[in-house]
Amino acid sequence: MTASDVKIQVDKVYKIFGNRADDAMAALQAGAAKAEVLHKTGCIVGLKRIDFSIRRGETFVIMGLSGSGKSTLIRHFNRLIEPTSGRILVDGCNIMDMNAKELLAFRRTGISMVFQRFGLLPHQTVLENTICGPILQGVDQREARARGMEQLELVGLKGFENRFPRQLSGGMQQRVGLARALTTQADVLLMDEAFSALDPLIKSDMQEQLKDIQARLKKTIIFITHDLDEALHLGDRIAILKDGELRQVGTGEEILFRPADDYVERFVRKVDLSRALYTHDAFAKVPVLTQAQATGDRTTALLRQHPAVIVVHGAKLRVLTSAEPDRANCAASIDATATLGQSFPLLADQEAIVVMDSGAPVGILTREMAFKALSRSHGAANKLSPASLLPSPVA
Amino acid sequence: MADNFPELFDTRGLRFAIDDGFSWVVTNYGDTLERMLGPLLKLLGAMEAFLQWLPWYVTIAGVALLTYSASRNLRMTCSAVIMLFFIGAVGLWNDAMATVALMLAATAVAVVLGIPLGIVMARSDWLRSVALPLLNIMQTLPIFVYLIPFVMLFGPGKIPAILATVFFAIPPVIRLTDLGIRQVDGEVVEAIVAFGATPGQKLMKVQIPLALPTIMAGINQTTMMALSMVVIASMIGAGGLGYQVLQGIQRLEVSRGLVAGIAIVFLAVIFDRIAQSYGRRAQKHLDNGE
Repeated sequence: MTASDVKIQVDKVYKIFGNRADDAMAALQAGAAKAEVLHKTGCIVGLKRIDFSIRRGETFVIMGLSGSGKSTLIRHFNRLIEPTSGRILVDGCNIMDMNAKELLAFRRTGISMVFQRFGLLPHQTVLENTICGPILQGVDQREARARGMEQLELVGLKGFENRFPRQLSGGMQQRVGLARALTTQADVLLMDEAFSALDPLIKSDMQEQLKDIQARLKKTIIFITHDLDEALHLGDRIAILKDGELRQVGTGEEILFRPADDYVERFVRKVDLSRALYTHDAFAKVPVLTQAQATGDRTTALLRQHPAVIVVHGAKLRVLTSAEPDRANCAASIDATATLGQSFPLLADQEAIVVMDSGAPVGILTREMAFKALSRSHGAANKLSPASLLPSPVA
Repeated sequence: MADNFPELFDTRGLRFAIDDGFSWVVTNYGDTLERMLGPLLKLLGAMEAFLQWLPWYVTIAGVALLTYSASRNLRMTCSAVIMLFFIGAVGLWNDAMATVALMLAATAVAVVLGIPLGIVMARSDWLRSVALPLLNIMQTLPIFVYLIPFVMLFGPGKIPAILATVFFAIPPVIRLTDLGIRQVDGEVVEAIVAFGATPGQKLMKVQIPLALPTIMAGINQTTMMALSMVVIASMIGAGGLGYQVLQGIQRLEVSRGLVAGIAIVFLAVIFDRIAQSYGRRAQKHLDNGE
């Protein structure tokens, strides 16, 4: 990755809670363990030598269980919490060097945040909450309201602008939180367990909405979660944090199939693979013919070499399989970038579906292929664990 | 008779030192302090004169309007009107107005001083740990103990009365401002800071509005405590309803004491209803966002 791709760089950040931070730092530098530091100095090590960088426009997920330091870490990016030592560079500029005025300007225009329990002002309307950023920036009311309405429309809350937060459901409140964060037009979006307080259906709706918005706006998103499925679904890259230390940074696939250590490996064991694998990992390429090309001889010849042939007839896609060479079944289609899980409902009705790449048919996905891909990955993800020796149900 | 406890060392020296020190302050600074508090006395005098000048029906109408706008409750409004009418009918109108003036002036001073103190206290744990015991002492110390130095400083009259009342009535508003601000949801405060609020904006846009119901409860308690001080304050020349009670005691006139006492209760009920209704409305606004 080149320097210009890097949006945020975290450079040897330590955070120590307690009165004797200097002693604790010295002890840590000398190689003391966290328990030892606590025993000697009474200080708690919140973050220990955190080092990573985040690319422009990526969704970077920081994952860990409670107490891992993830909420502490995310609050360093807008200095709600100050590190004990280390630097955080945003666009090459160290935010620790900012004075009070620069920090205010940075918080107003450079970075915004979505909170787990929404953090909305209960005495202000949805619209007033949404425009809190621009109002603090000093934008005039009319312009701010126009901007706020635009964002509320984007998150699907048009018509609710004069309600108060408590009149809204949890999911809707968090949409207000999201709209508020987007209204500042900051490049960087911090999301602190933003969807953790929502029930599962609303949660997945919100995840889709975030992906939609991200596809359009290309923000740099730092997303905190304790939910691996969510991390795999949303994250371009994932960092795994345990006890204030970074265990692994990588893509979802790297985390799943090449866990850096035992902890990560145990962490990923229970993941829902159908959301981590994509259709393009599982499908088979097959020849594609037009209706005119699909003569009996030609298809018979092709079916000897390939499991199936796709025949395009106008907007309809039909699949000829070697099992049933005479019957062309109309088939549903799925994009190659969809997760394997998304193909399940289609495969429930049909033996085979057509896989599309950039709008053109390229191959088919059968139940067997999907099943094989899952069991292959399941084996890979579990190859270190003795549990995989026992017969275990496919995830 | 000798005390049952042996005299281990002589404490008279210490007591003399305190007395002499205080006398020195009185002789050297008494006049200056009295001059400094002149505006307060003028304010109180003006309020008293105004309330006594205002035609009684205007006052009653004003209180009725205030009660109704706070409570939206006709029964409450009617009972406030009847109670005020009773006070006037038994010939205590001017005394009641003097008491109300003293109470309002003392409450105003207590609120103006108490809310900022509460805000400062909410910001610093250290200050809180110092201030809480002090407030506890202020509330438990027998009133007469601090009435003495106030009277020595200013002589009997309205200034020591109002100061003693402020001193006695200020703890609740300080305490509940501190408590209210500390109880504000941390995430809401964090959110507004994350969006670039200055400490002043944080205070005015989030902390005070969200703490308002609690602060209102503090103001209500302060008002009630100020009212409960009027009888004692009348002993040092505050006049008003308290003086009537005092006279009732001195002359053994049960009726005078009783009627004035009932008038004080009525005033307390009226002000409590108004303040509580406002507090409830502020609370409701936060809950349902009306």
